Amino acid sequence: MPATTKEVDMQDVAARGADYGEELHGEEMTLNMGPSHPATHGVLRLRLKLDGDFITECDPVIGYLHRGDEKIAENMTYNQFVPYTDRLDYLAPLANNVCYAIAVEKLANLEVPPRCQTIRIICCELARISSHLLGLGVYGMDTGAMTTFLYTFTEREKLYSLFEELTGARFTTSYTRIGGVARDIPEGWLGRVSNFLNQFEPKIDELDNLLTRNKIFLDRTKDIAIISREDAIAYAFTGPNLRASGVDSDLRRDRPYCGYEDYDFEVPIGTVGDAYDRYLVRMEEVRQSVRIVRQAIDKMPEGPYFAEDAKKIHVPPKAKVLTSMEELIQNFMIVTEGPQMPAGEVYFEAENPKGILGFFIHSKGGGVPFRLKIRAPSFCSLSILPKIAKGLMMSDVPVVLGSFDFVMGECDR
Amino acid sequence: MDDATAKQFLERFPEAKPRESLDYKAYDVPADKLVEVCRVLRDDFGFTMLTDSTAIDWGEETSPRFTGIYHLFSWLGARYVRIAANCPDDAAPALPSLVELFPIANWQERETFDMFGIRFTGHPDLRRILMWDDYPYHPLRKEFPLAGHDGDLPAADVAEATKAKVIPAPMMGGPFHAPQKDHMSKREPRGADQSWNEAKPKPCSKD
Repeated sequence: MPATTKEVDMQDVAARGADYGEELHGEEMTLNMGPSHPATHGVLRLRLKLDGDFITECDPVIGYLHRGDEKIAENMTYNQFVPYTDRLDYLAPLANNVCYAIAVEKLANLEVPPRCQTIRIICCELARISSHLLGLGVYGMDTGAMTTFLYTFTEREKLYSLFEELTGARFTTSYTRIGGVARDIPEGWLGRVSNFLNQFEPKIDELDNLLTRNKIFLDRTKDIAIISREDAIAYAFTGPNLRASGVDSDLRRDRPYCGYEDYDFEVPIGTVGDAYDRYLVRMEEVRQSVRIVRQAIDKMPEGPYFAEDAKKIHVPPKAKVLTSMEELIQNFMIVTEGPQMPAGEVYFEAENPKGILGFFIHSKGGGVPFRLKIRAPSFCSLSILPKIAKGLMMSDVPVVLGSFDFVMGECDR
Repeated sequence: MDDATAKQFLERFPEAKPRESLDYKAYDVPADKLVEVCRVLRDDFGFTMLTDSTAIDWGEETSPRFTGIYHLFSWLGARYVRIAANCPDDAAPALPSLVELFPIANWQERETFDMFGIRFTGHPDLRRILMWDDYPYHPLRKEFPLAGHDGDLPAADVAEATKAKVIPAPMMGGPFHAPQKDHMSKREPRGADQSWNEAKPKPCSKD
């Protein structure tokens, strides 16, 4: 019997996905994804209902990393809580430290000296580069491009060495104190940051060349999980995720803190709001951060690195503690009682790599907050999942999750 | 919120009382007016994003005991406003839900319910979010101890097989700060919870 050829028209797969309606096409299946799954970036668990390869229902289950940070904060002094802020967004601990310190200083109505502010800006922006490098690298890996991950991690490693030199720790930095930073920048550190940036810019172009026009990457991310402006605002999206949906919003520019008004940078904005736009926005933000760090290095002012006149808030230098009675008492009281704060309530938000991190503090005076609430950007980003997951394909889930660039440490607190 | 909008807002809602605040304009509103106030703020004053919502527990002996706190953000001048509403009932605290206005309130209110036990009337899916579904306590209430209570593991079959329980956190030596009650000169630094140490066993739940 001679072989015959039969032509089968497959039509457009993407169009079929778009036409997918409410009607159930096959048997419904429940699939549990996580909490230990490489694509869920931590301990996120998704309860999915599937019809074939299409998702009909998605219920995110969070809380596997809940440590009760807010309860802990009510039971310790303001400075003791700094290490806990490292563990919120543990990919950008320096930025969390800075946000927390500014929130408490706002409560105390305390201005830190210009040198401290500039150090903090360098910290924030290096943390942003480090966080986005991980976000981009892992995103590449989620879509099947393993190489990018290795490229970005090489650069992160260099950043970690710089962090180690500055703070004494590579990962959990705990660098800020209320009213200043823990120690001044080391001799020659700014030069080494500058060297890093010089060799980093060609590397980011290389990453750009590897990923941005990659056909597979484009196919997997373009027009996936489009989030409209209205939805992004309704679900309190912030940071790169919000900007990718076309909302021109950046607290560094709109509500400057830490002296950001003196820096020259651009805010990248997406047009479509799909997973690819979220990637593009992050890629551009890395370049803008490089610009900001360069400016900060150029203008690094001389002077004290902590607020010297805030006698009840920041501990005096060690040399003075060991030689002078008054400073010894001051040191003892701040360490045991905590920095002394007035009563009142404040809310402060800072533009962190993952979005807007906020601290709401209600104080009744003294060294311990009465109530401290952490507003976590990843928590808000994940809350949209039940809405957008409907109609997506199972293989899109890692792409969507990767494009949100969330961290469970911050989501669960 | 700037002064002109604040004036307009107060004319619209004379029942809103200015609330003490160190930064943004803040208002106490009655619980039954909360949804209306937020709707007007969103539609007429441009506060389109509910950036944060939470609650404060003032302690068992205070009445009203629970206060809901809402922060709204407006891109017109990048402004914030803080709205606070006391829960009318201390024993069974409840507030109206804002899910109709802001979808993000869904998760935020689930968290507040989980941590404080405040029920949100009109919420479509008021489940626990951070703790597991059968968890019996509300951890951010002031009477809940820092070390936690002992209790059962979330999965009954695992608990049955392993005989494992949730035990209070080992907190030897910390947190280390002075109890902030009397004058500073009258007290010495010590751990906040000194009811147990190496010699005395850990306190468990009340029963």
